[in-house]
Amino acid sequence: MYVAVKGGEKAIDAAHAWLAEERRGPVDVAELSVDQIKGQLKLAVNRVMAEGSLYDPDLAALAIKQARGDMIEAIFLIRAYRTTLPRIGGSAPVDTESMSCDRRVSATFKDAPGGQVLGPTFDYTHRLLDFKLAADGDVPNAPERQSDDSSKPHIMSYLDREGLIQPEPEGAESPPDLTREPLELPADRALRLQSLTRADEGFILGMAYSTQRGYARNHAFVAELRIGTCAVEMYIPELGFAIEIGEVELTECETVNQFQGSKTEPPQFTRGYGLVFGMSERKAISMALIDRALRWEELGEDNLGAPAQDEEFVLYHADNIQATGFLEHIKLPHYVDFQSELELIRKLRREAMGCNQQQEAAE
Amino acid sequence: MEHSSLAGGFTDPPQESAQAFRGIMRAMACPGTICDVAGAVPPAPLSVAAGTVLITLADHDTGIHLAGHYNVQAVRDWITFQTGAPLVDATDAQFVLGTWEDIDLSNLAVGTAEYPDRSATVIVDLPVLKAEGATLKGPGIRDVARLNLPDLEAFRRNATLFPLGLDFMFTCGARIAALPRSTKVS
Amino acid sequence: MTDYNFAYLDEQTKRMIRRAILKSLAIPGYQVPFASREMPMPYGWGTGGVQVSAAVMIQEDVFKVIDQGADDTTNAVSIRRFFERTADVETTETTTDATVIQTRHRIPEEPLTADQILVYQVPIPEPLRFLEPSEVETRKMHALEDYGLMHVKLYEDISAHGAIATAYAYPVEVEGRYVMDPSPIPKFDNPKLSMPAIQIFGAGREQRIYALPPYTQVVSLDFEDYPFEATKADHPCGLCGSTDSYLDELIVDDTGGRMFMCSDTDYCGARRAKGHVGAEGTPLQENAV
Repeated sequence: MYVAVKGGEKAIDAAHAWLAEERRGPVDVAELSVDQIKGQLKLAVNRVMAEGSLYDPDLAALAIKQARGDMIEAIFLIRAYRTTLPRIGGSAPVDTESMSCDRRVSATFKDAPGGQVLGPTFDYTHRLLDFKLAADGDVPNAPERQSDDSSKPHIMSYLDREGLIQPEPEGAESPPDLTREPLELPADRALRLQSLTRADEGFILGMAYSTQRGYARNHAFVAELRIGTCAVEMYIPELGFAIEIGEVELTECETVNQFQGSKTEPPQFTRGYGLVFGMSERKAISMALIDRALRWEELGEDNLGAPAQDEEFVLYHADNIQATGFLEHIKLPHYVDFQSELELIRKLRREAMGCNQQQEAAE
Repeated sequence: MEHSSLAGGFTDPPQESAQAFRGIMRAMACPGTICDVAGAVPPAPLSVAAGTVLITLADHDTGIHLAGHYNVQAVRDWITFQTGAPLVDATDAQFVLGTWEDIDLSNLAVGTAEYPDRSATVIVDLPVLKAEGATLKGPGIRDVARLNLPDLEAFRRNATLFPLGLDFMFTCGARIAALPRSTKVS
Repeated sequence: MTDYNFAYLDEQTKRMIRRAILKSLAIPGYQVPFASREMPMPYGWGTGGVQVSAAVMIQEDVFKVIDQGADDTTNAVSIRRFFERTADVETTETTTDATVIQTRHRIPEEPLTADQILVYQVPIPEPLRFLEPSEVETRKMHALEDYGLMHVKLYEDISAHGAIATAYAYPVEVEGRYVMDPSPIPKFDNPKLSMPAIQIFGAGREQRIYALPPYTQVVSLDFEDYPFEATKADHPCGLCGSTDSYLDELIVDDTGGRMFMCSDTDYCGARRAKGHVGAEGTPLQENAV
């Protein structure tokens, strides 16, 4: 005799309770505060803000805590929250030229007005585990200097002056928004950039790396990488002018890529562009490389069939929330479909074996 | 102004728009079926049903075209305040509103081969709405349905465009019936 | 839960989905793009179905959710709870009591009526996707009514296996125009697709909504000499003895012993309540669970 088991609701409640306990961890260890995460795991917070498409360090830190450090889960929490927020309006484009830079490097010029600023980078750390940190996190104060108020013009502007870099046309008054409109292909560049800036860091890193290894290589030089804060302004119709509503930290990367020319145009460099929330330079550089690879058609290059040139492939698979949901859904019950396959394969085998037996009997 | 544009919307939008949509959806799913749709109190000459359809479905993202004598200040103000929808030319409209005599079908969007959904929905206020007259056949109809259509040839022509074409809603008082492009009329 | 709007979605989102639903009913079988929202549950777990349910739901509805035909599968429980919390609607496990039914992978055995709405969760709405991965290309094929690729695939099945080797998500042609994926229901359910209830298919991640108005003509693709066949396990249900319902197969002991039982748990329970008992079943007792 068989009695069907029914326990979905209880099982779910028990799983949630266990999950909460696991998140808290050993109770004899102090609980992580949101401020600690925000202050000490800032790069994780940055990634959650960038891929969650919501600039709010407190909420991002909370999401990381709630997600037990699972970054994609944290991004998902932020996305699901973001989608419930009313849209009050659009900001003016941020002026990255007037960014207050913590870091600014150029690979194309040894020096330039405004100077090279290393900032708080891992770049030249030796990757040796610092066992002192396990016991005591106190650090000596970093040396300080007077803040440098000199302007830091975009490095690209120097190439622009000579006409060496292809000019970019002004964008639309309001750029498209893939969180409000279904993705339609072919996507214009603004839409591609929006998709890339919230794309999974690992995915676009791999894609960008593939272009460096020859799958649609586009010879990128980092003309400039700058990280710092920018004012966000919004035009208020009632006032008749724009007011500053806040500040965001941004990473911007501009690459100079292989030049091209035609019978009518002398040779010019082309560019790739990356702009990401927070201190996220790996992401910003990756974004610039893929942006450039996706521009093959507009720049009259050949489609080499490389993955990074395939807009549909890149845009449809770059979102880690879409990807992880669909990937993980295969652990849900599929026994109805599996049953129909079972019956089909048994039937096909029966028929195939029946045929073989008939053949053997005939021989 | 006789009718304030500030009045006549839903008092409980989430609940009332859900109720209204069920009536609209039933009408579109079952061509010729007359359903109740109420909640809005729009300015004349809009019927209650036509006004309710607009505040249920229209917003900043949908252009509305007011045909003929529906294009009056009171209606324009009411729509703008209640929905925020831009008032546009017939060719750009997602919703077209008027009496049958006022509406010129020739300029309306019928969709494209790749996106047949990018077509206008035409809301026609009728003096009478009843389940008799023209014969309707197609998806949503078990055998046949009947509806007092204001014309035959126009709808016959529209159906030949399928999967492109216009979708019609007929409104009268607080009642609605629909005729999507998939319905064959005779 | 008062922090969120009725049925969770904000009104602007509902309007956008409602407009898409109306166009999908006007063009049966055509996949209408819609700006699917990020839901508080993962893509692939019914976000399309949940958005459609939220957009059609009224306070008076009685809501039922099934996954694999069962009301008590964990994801069905989770979605049912979501609407209990966000819309405060009555829920049921009884098919005949429900006004809106959200389903994954099954059509209930009990014939649905004109007063009901069936909402499907759809993973991949594009029936041609596994034959042509590019959306740009498949959109062209639908526009040109060019379904040669699909017929070639079915024909190749026959030459390789002697039969059409598709057991679920079996493609259908709607009103002689669009080829449509009926979602991954077993092909046993395909003949039910023409029904008095409104059927709406929601694919959240893929941002598509499509629909079948009542009594829409739906034909499973086949060939004259290889006609479509709705199949199921050739057994009666072990619990209720039904011989015409779709069956799940269970492994019940270490030696690999099998039993078969209805996938539609409400249908099976209702039969047992009426006194039907299968070979491995026991007469139904109150509170037996």
